Amino acid sequence: MSGRAWRAFRRNRLALAGAALVVLLALGAVLAPGVAPHDPLRGRLPDRLRPPGTVTAGGRYLLGTDNLGRDILSRILHGGRVSIALGLLVVGVSIVVGVTLGLVSAYAGGWVDTVVQRSVDVLLAFPYLVLAIALMGLFGPGFMNLVVALAFKEWVMACRVVRSEVLALKTAAFVEASRAAGAGPARILLRHLLPNVIPAAVVVATLRVGWVILMEASLSFLGLGIQPPQPSWGVIIADGRDYLFRAPWISTFPGIAILLFVLGVNLLGEGLRDALDPRLTGVRVGE
Amino acid sequence: MVSYIVRRLVQAVPVLLGVTFVVFLLMYLTPGDPVEVFLGRGGAVTQEEIDRIRREFGLDRPFVEQYGRFLVALGRGDLGQSVVHRRPVGELILERVPATVELTLVAALIALLVGIPAGVAAAVRRYSLLDKGATLLSLLGVSMPGFWLGLVLINVFAVHLRVLPVAGRMAYGTGFEPQTGFYLLDALLQGNGAAALDVLRHLLLPAVAMSATMMAMTMRLTRSSLLETIGQDYVRTARAKGVPERTVVLRHALRNALLPVVTVIALNLGALLGGNMVVETVFGWPGLGRLVVEAVRTHDYPLVRGAVLVYAATYVVLNLLADLSYAFLNPRISHGKGVG
Repeated sequence: MSGRAWRAFRRNRLALAGAALVVLLALGAVLAPGVAPHDPLRGRLPDRLRPPGTVTAGGRYLLGTDNLGRDILSRILHGGRVSIALGLLVVGVSIVVGVTLGLVSAYAGGWVDTVVQRSVDVLLAFPYLVLAIALMGLFGPGFMNLVVALAFKEWVMACRVVRSEVLALKTAAFVEASRAAGAGPARILLRHLLPNVIPAAVVVATLRVGWVILMEASLSFLGLGIQPPQPSWGVIIADGRDYLFRAPWISTFPGIAILLFVLGVNLLGEGLRDALDPRLTGVRVGE
Repeated sequence: MVSYIVRRLVQAVPVLLGVTFVVFLLMYLTPGDPVEVFLGRGGAVTQEEIDRIRREFGLDRPFVEQYGRFLVALGRGDLGQSVVHRRPVGELILERVPATVELTLVAALIALLVGIPAGVAAAVRRYSLLDKGATLLSLLGVSMPGFWLGLVLINVFAVHLRVLPVAGRMAYGTGFEPQTGFYLLDALLQGNGAAALDVLRHLLLPAVAMSATMMAMTMRLTRSSLLETIGQDYVRTARAKGVPERTVVLRHALRNALLPVVTVIALNLGALLGGNMVVETVFGWPGLGRLVVEAVRTHDYPLVRGAVLVYAATYVVLNLLADLSYAFLNPRISHGKGVG
């Protein structure tokens, strides 16, 4: 980040608050094995469905327990590992694929561009969740299947942004000069175009992580994503669904964790966008 | 303008063809033998019988020929046969469409009725406490899962306050018999006020859960779009002429500010439709979304395929309409080469 962009970012209090939320929840997830007060998978049956704040012989349950006597706080901390890792992995894969295809498609033009852009159009025609649900139905549940099912459409977002950036840069004087000096396509793509699309890619990546985590929650809630007893934020919400009357805290707290994390990455992403590349207002959270 | 419409329509054709190809390919690559799924597992079926059924369904033909047959059937409106329900897929989908459309439209209506006034208020009182509160709420709105909001709403309004029903589309015993599948419309047409109220009460929670994201987006968009128009010369002129501030905002600025808002809403109607499956599941709403989720769970691939196609086609058509309406409402945008 350049000095100017960093100063702009530092002045943005909402973006800093977002960064703080992200760091806090991510730390909780990373350190979960150390800081979680209980085992996320094995509960104490005598302590089942205890409300938040209960203290029993088994210990203190700050956010209550579920129907198997498992501590909700511990499950949320461990669930964060799965949900956040999945969000980062899906967006990471999609950014690599999207940036590569966007660069190549815009630079090569011709039939390469046509093929890539028609694929983008076709994928955009599918509602995000509908496609992901159908794919998970075919693949079966599981972490890696979930990554593929979500990345299947997700790369399109980065590809479109990068392509339009490259189209604008392609004819810029410094690129023309480099070509005149004898640089080949590989050198122009990697040395001149790639560094210039990285800020846009960073902004897209940040703004998309939240969306992917929301999708994971939806799929896991439906039983098509992460499989219990392994906790993810969506799985814990699903655990509590049958206990809405007796133990509403089971579903409520993981939802708040999602809300805070997604809010955090969105604020952070918008802050980065305003600091790095204010023209990117078209990138939004959503389909 | 006509040439623009024609061009956009022509552009939609390869996209739809691509959609059918992707859907067909996915189902073709599905692990597991469709014949086995059809016959049910564990039955004593001879190899000859499997081969016979495979021939009957054309599953022994080459890929391209199977895809061709699939397209021809689609052209006739034939989406195939559900493996679980043993009924035509098209029929099953049509039964569920009214419930989903009704819920989506009510959700969109709520989003507009709350989002636009909130956006106007935030823009007019820029940087006030009201503006900051509305902005914060809209940030929360796009950051939470709609189905979770649904669970929270059920918990508050159905479990604790007991003022609204937990799930379903209507209560029994009101003597109301829906005709078209659009319950609200039916109740109103039959002049059954009690039933209409009951249907509305059932609609309220799922519709609010669904609309949160759209409401937040509408508010933010209205705010930024209105702030932009308020800075325009013609608005300043109107003010200079002594037109009252209220009229300036509502008559001069808002009219033009709503244009991008309308487009984005129309674009998002498709997303709303495609994203409601989880909310439908939470509220036991007998719509298309729940049908798809059940079909995926029971491995009813023909039904999944048909429903995904219907969703994608609707999505493409809605996007097309959004583009066209935008071009129609805003003659300034270029329609490509030549005079539009």
